[in-house]
Amino acid sequence: MIRLTTQPFDPGGELSGFCAGRTESGAVASFVGIARGEAGAATALELEAYPGFTEVEIAKMAEAARARFSLHDVLVIHRHGPIDPGEPIVMVATASAHRREAFEACDYLMDYLKSRAPFWKKEHGPAGARWIEPTARDLDDIARWD
Amino acid sequence: MLLFGRLSDLAGWRERAFEPPPASLSALKALIAAEDAALGAALDGPGVQAAVDKTIVRGEAALAPGAEVAFLPPMSGG
Repeated sequence: MIRLTTQPFDPGGELSGFCAGRTESGAVASFVGIARGEAGAATALELEAYPGFTEVEIAKMAEAARARFSLHDVLVIHRHGPIDPGEPIVMVATASAHRREAFEACDYLMDYLKSRAPFWKKEHGPAGARWIEPTARDLDDIARWD
Repeated sequence: MLLFGRLSDLAGWRERAFEPPPASLSALKALIAAEDAALGAALDGPGVQAAVDKTIVRGEAALAPGAEVAFLPPMSGG
């Protein structure tokens, strides 16, 4: 399931829900990304999404991950709008028969979400606001899977 | 028509309706460039993609009345 939300979410509760009722998935891996404060340099993060487009693009990538890693299920929750330091921005959970596929799919989906997902990111700090582009490291990370 | 990211900052608006609706993507861009040359150039800038009714299009595209056109600068990821 892919969910975009402007509201804070509870990663623990989401993970419990994702694990519940699984009798054939031996492995669930998860990742939670949290907005960094950058020691006062970033007072708030603003993520712009294109509702109706962003979820569809993420769903395509989730479907690719499901096929590539033989997943049983995928959960992606992504915030948009203003996000305060310390708040979860993104959560990915993957379920598979065995752990290796779940770990790798989670890593793969995060590399995609951090570099190619349709969001536009603006950081607000004491020095003003600036648009953020993917870092060289983000691009190297996604290139590992090509 | 919708603008995202730095394009909406540059334009000073995020959403606009055109009346009468232009019949093609190139006609829409020409209208915009005629009133805001900097924005017109930015829409053709590196990495900017256009979407019609939430589907990415490359090159020229016909626009049906009521079509939603969005200009997307390079995506930053989340």
